[in-house]
Amino acid sequence: MTTTAPSTVEEVITRYEPVIGLETHVELGTRTKMFCGCPTEFGAEPNTQVCPVCLGLPGSLPVANKAAIEATIRIGLALNCSIATWCRFARKNYFYPDMPKDYQISQYDEPLCVDGYLDVEVEGQTVRVGIERVHLEEDTGKTLHIGGATGRIHGATESLVDYNRAGIPLVEIVTKPVAGTGALAPAVARAYVTELRDIIRSLGVSDVRMEQGSLRCDVNTSLNRPGEEWGTRTETKNVNSLRSVERAVRSEMLRQAAVLDAGGKITQETRHFHEDTGETTSGRSKETATDYRYFPDPDLVPLAPDPAWVEELKAALPEPPRVHRERLREQWGVSEHDMQSIINAGAVELIEATVAEGASPDAARKWWLGELARRANETGVELAEVGATPAHVAELQRLVDEGKLTDKLARTVLEGVVAGEGSPSEVVAARGLEVVSDTGALTAAVDEAIAANPDVAQKVRDGKVAAAGALVGAVMKATKGQADAKTVRELILSRLGAA
Amino acid sequence: MAAISREEVAHLAHLARLAVNDAELDTFAGQLDVILQAVARVGEVTAADIPPTSHSVPLTNVLREDVVTPGLTRDEALSGAPDVAEDRFRVPRILDEEA
Repeated sequence: MTTTAPSTVEEVITRYEPVIGLETHVELGTRTKMFCGCPTEFGAEPNTQVCPVCLGLPGSLPVANKAAIEATIRIGLALNCSIATWCRFARKNYFYPDMPKDYQISQYDEPLCVDGYLDVEVEGQTVRVGIERVHLEEDTGKTLHIGGATGRIHGATESLVDYNRAGIPLVEIVTKPVAGTGALAPAVARAYVTELRDIIRSLGVSDVRMEQGSLRCDVNTSLNRPGEEWGTRTETKNVNSLRSVERAVRSEMLRQAAVLDAGGKITQETRHFHEDTGETTSGRSKETATDYRYFPDPDLVPLAPDPAWVEELKAALPEPPRVHRERLREQWGVSEHDMQSIINAGAVELIEATVAEGASPDAARKWWLGELARRANETGVELAEVGATPAHVAELQRLVDEGKLTDKLARTVLEGVVAGEGSPSEVVAARGLEVVSDTGALTAAVDEAIAANPDVAQKVRDGKVAAAGALVGAVMKATKGQADAKTVRELILSRLGAA
Repeated sequence: MAAISREEVAHLAHLARLAVNDAELDTFAGQLDVILQAVARVGEVTAADIPPTSHSVPLTNVLREDVVTPGLTRDEALSGAPDVAEDRFRVPRILDEEA
């Protein structure tokens, strides 16, 4: 059979059904590590947040962080999970220098939270994503591969290791396989990670920043022909933005369909996602099952969360983001359709914060969904990373409301803010962008325009008020667009006795 | 019947990154067999009402508060490293062993 490789997800689903699964790792925002009192500041100098426990020195003993246990239970509860009444930590044994102990403390067959779900909205449909488990483990150190190209392991001659991150509490959230979503599969994957991020942020247990690695995602994808068993899955790693989650599923669906169309077989393997091309490449093959020899960690006694405590935590959970968003929608007076645009743009919290800084909901929405969304799209970054903050946007709107900026000038100022030139006021001052409101200077410019265009001026004097547009244009040009057109027009009409 | 095969010993030796030659495999397989059979005797007294033991002390929920405690300075941390570069532990390249 000769077919060209499918180019769209819609084409793929005419022949195959996708099944996806997501494994998400969240670094908790505790002050200290999971099993020792080392601090967890991001970006500290290498190997300055370490101690005998997280360096795996002989004789050191781990003690679990109560705040991390509590945060994990709260995540489990927010995801409608059952909380274990008794569970243990396990050692996952492997030789790799990112863990100096030669094992990672994790949970194996006794996770802290099991069997929950998360409902996500995709194109007006509610899709229920089952949660298999939520467990607690420790993060690994950071390895820097040198001697090879682009810091990757292949071709490297040696590795340099920083253990600051080793031992930071890491929560792993694993979904059940999600089938039956068809062409929506890439969007479902993205909506799930977005909703999960919002929930975890609302709990205040992590800053969940994908670009800093505090939220990391692995995406499993497989295809099967309708009515047949699920296909062999691949696991795509390196997926570091919400947009990439969607792209990774789409790219794997297209790639696998092309392989299957050509009569080939999918290899069960790890694939790496590349932000620049939006495609995946083969990583390590999983032909030989990894043998981690998990066993209960004898240094850590079992956890037995008191059911009364769990009930207390459950009762104190914050309003779920979905409910919160509906409340905001009503407060802002926007339609469900418009709210969906706001959600899709990742602008809910930004607009909420901008309103909290004093802007009206309409103004906040206008800037975030207009200029700033366009800019984020052009540069391929999340809206929250575009370079302007809610405080900037509120300040910009205040300057417009006070008549110090026209809408057009405000857009120029915003460009400066996004370019990192400072707050709106600072950009206005540095670039000299303030509206010319000095009546003396404006009057002079108006008089000049009248003197330069005697014919037009005469028409206006004769009652052809519409002709004043040409004079307004001349004044705007003379003031480099920094005058308010309405004021200029009124001034011209009054000078020519036509007001 | 042997509780552990020669192949299993070879597999475990590889996982533990131990270089074991053929003669040693025979020796260790025999020794481990004796050890495993001794330990297996515990199974003879297994009763349905006794849960398996993973910890020798009857404790649960030994936890610490989320409070920073002093650790090591960078120089102290790196003092035992076989090699150091750019304030980091320097280790030989690792190929085909990505965790």
